[in-house]
Amino acid sequence: MLNKIFRSQLGPLFALLCIVVMFAIADRNWSVGNFLSWGNIRIMANGAALIAVPAFGMTLIIIAAGIDLSAGTALTLCGTVLAVQLNNSEVAVGDPGFASMMATALVLMILTGCACGLANGALISATKVVPFIVTLGTMTIFLGIGQIISGESTVGPPRGNIPEWLKQLNVTGKNGDYLIDGLMIPTSVLIACILAILVGLLMRYTVFGRNVFALGSSESTARLCGINVPLTILSVYTLAGLFFAIGGLLYFAEVKVANPSDGTGKELEIIAAVVLGGGSLSGGRGSILGTIFGALIIIVIRNGCTLLSIPNTYTHIIIGGIIIIAVIVDQLRHGSPEWFFHLIRKT
Amino acid sequence: MTAPLLEMSGISKRFGPTLALSDVSLSVFGGEILALIGENGAGKSTLLKILSGAHYADTGSMQIDGQSYRPQGPHDARELGVAMIYQELNLAPDLSVEDNILLGHPGSGGGLLLRRKQRAKVRQALDAVGLEDLDPRAIVGQQSVATQQLLEISRALASEARIILFDEPTSSLPQKDVARLFEIIERLRQQGIGIVYISHFLEEIREVADTYSVLRDGNNVGSGKIDDVSDGQIVSLMVGRDVDDLYPSVPHQPGETWVDIDQLCGSPYPNNVSLSLRRGEIFGIAGLVGAGRTELLRSIFGLDHIDGGVVTIDGHNIAANVRARMKAGFGLLSEDRKSEGLAQDLSIIENLTLGGLNQYTTCGVIDLKQREKNALRWMQQVEVKAHSGHQSISELSGGNQQKVAIARILHQQADILLMDEPTKGIDVGTKAEIYRVMGSLAAEGKTVVFVSSYLPELLSVCDRIGVMSRGKLQEVRDASRWTEDDVMAAAIAIEDNIPLNH
Repeated sequence: MLNKIFRSQLGPLFALLCIVVMFAIADRNWSVGNFLSWGNIRIMANGAALIAVPAFGMTLIIIAAGIDLSAGTALTLCGTVLAVQLNNSEVAVGDPGFASMMATALVLMILTGCACGLANGALISATKVVPFIVTLGTMTIFLGIGQIISGESTVGPPRGNIPEWLKQLNVTGKNGDYLIDGLMIPTSVLIACILAILVGLLMRYTVFGRNVFALGSSESTARLCGINVPLTILSVYTLAGLFFAIGGLLYFAEVKVANPSDGTGKELEIIAAVVLGGGSLSGGRGSILGTIFGALIIIVIRNGCTLLSIPNTYTHIIIGGIIIIAVIVDQLRHGSPEWFFHLIRKT
Repeated sequence: MTAPLLEMSGISKRFGPTLALSDVSLSVFGGEILALIGENGAGKSTLLKILSGAHYADTGSMQIDGQSYRPQGPHDARELGVAMIYQELNLAPDLSVEDNILLGHPGSGGGLLLRRKQRAKVRQALDAVGLEDLDPRAIVGQQSVATQQLLEISRALASEARIILFDEPTSSLPQKDVARLFEIIERLRQQGIGIVYISHFLEEIREVADTYSVLRDGNNVGSGKIDDVSDGQIVSLMVGRDVDDLYPSVPHQPGETWVDIDQLCGSPYPNNVSLSLRRGEIFGIAGLVGAGRTELLRSIFGLDHIDGGVVTIDGHNIAANVRARMKAGFGLLSEDRKSEGLAQDLSIIENLTLGGLNQYTTCGVIDLKQREKNALRWMQQVEVKAHSGHQSISELSGGNQQKVAIARILHQQADILLMDEPTKGIDVGTKAEIYRVMGSLAAEGKTVVFVSSYLPELLSVCDRIGVMSRGKLQEVRDASRWTEDDVMAAAIAIEDNIPLNH
């Protein structure tokens, strides 16, 4: 069965391998050859986890033929909520009552993410306005709320108020404090893997998962089959909000400060990961494993370019080009775009 | 009279394996209104599409005023003086009246739209269709359907059309606007414009047309002056086809009444429909396209919003939503197989089990193995031809897709199967299999409601048949007491029975 799952994701996997091989060769010849070192692999895996976790939520949304442009600002809003709680805390790590304060902060952060998703889902299913427009609106609304909470500045909680486990969440160094001793895998990567398995099972083995695929493939068919369409839409966006919240936690652990406007643009990276992984913006198609590959592709390119001292500006162009090529290749694999055949016929 | 304004001769058109038109000829003189009559699928629309340049004819020739007429497309046809008024309106709703009228033929402005210069022409075109009061700057989308239709006609006039084709122009009009439309058509006739008029309603044709031409299965079967022929003769010409025996029947005995549909009203259709269904019967619903048959099934299934009416099973009222109706035993086979009936991206198994996943679920988790096993059994039962159950539904032929759609309703254990045009676009062999499935369902004591536009299959397969017209269920009789002519007469809502003359 694992075999079957992997085979359906051959395209993104193949693309990932090609890119890795290309950078490995380039790195060996023109740079110091660090690209495939364990340390760098840990860095890349952690980077991919930061994209992949919110992208799992986006995968659900995209399979359901939706889109969420507010993912980025919702993510940093969650991080901001957490940071503000830690910043305002009167107890530091080790003080009595810190655990309950921390738990409250985490719950608040999760609730914020779910509330963002719930708001999107409710607006979309109640008003029938297309998700693109609804989330375009909520994108700036979440940004605004984040700025109000943070007082329009970056929130940097005192080091003493950040628990050790949170600091170590994204550790990638040689002497880092890993969750499992001896197994040098960043905790963020472990979290991403566990979540991936859970969502993968959810999409494959539950009625909810099958309903999401049906809804994305054809909403009218879903209605015909008695699927509660508004409730499914609401659940999808709310669940995605949960993933954005966890993504916010990982991002906060990475930078240790929270700035609501950091989220602007992140949604595109998240969407790109899903699309690179074979997700179709017209719905009905997408997979968690593919999304992981998509996130890895983005990170490998970015990391590889840095190691090769290619300027950031060129990295943007390369990633953009790869996204477009990937989607064209994917379209050719599934069905046949008209223009392609016109092109063939002409020549 | 001199030579005809429009002459079509020997027109044939083939779509894949089906011959839509075979050696069809017709002619229209200036100032004549020709009614083109035929059942659904007889080839009327195809003929008009060839005339208006939307399709090319495979063989045959067309002449206007003695000049060869070969439109390269709808735009070309319009330039050559042929305009078509479609059943669905073809206006840009967000643009103004004058912009719509000038759309497609901007005068001499070098690419600029010189509205002021054209205004006189627009005014004249509007006046010609009786829209003297309409402001040319008004937005089209805010006008009534009737006004929009007149606008289409005025657009045709502005492009100096000499031949205007109407495809069922009254199907979307309220009764009072129909009279106004006829007035305008009469005015056009007096101006010497040749008119081809398609309608299902014989009384309308009598009122408007001078001559008629009947198409059946893509052939000319009769033409002449409308006053020389009776309604009964026209109906006979429309339906008189060879009856073949492709209708396998499974013996079944209708039992007691158990489903009651009481005064179901939607907006606009169904229009106050009441109906009782019995166990183990196949109930046919006949009627023309647009008579409200699909709307009736959808309201019964709880898919369309209704304004009133109840559905009861064994005396229990069933709430008007899809889930409640499904739970009570209703299943709907959609007429629109491609976009509604099946999710094209998903596999056969996925589609087949979509409505009944709860059978395999414990605590929200699906038993995939059991699901696959059951799905394969159903595929075998209805004889779906496919490599495997995991094949994408879009790779199957239309007939096999329809079998999957039917299997889904069976899989969800429906007892009342509402089937909307189940044999549309399906080859003859598969049709027979579908009739057999229907028969055996009835033999099991289930109820099948069978909507079809193809009368022979309804008459052969059903126990009882009701005929719908303009949203109303006109009359219900045992199938043996209907003839094709009677059904057609009820469908086009002729008040008294037609004298038969075979």
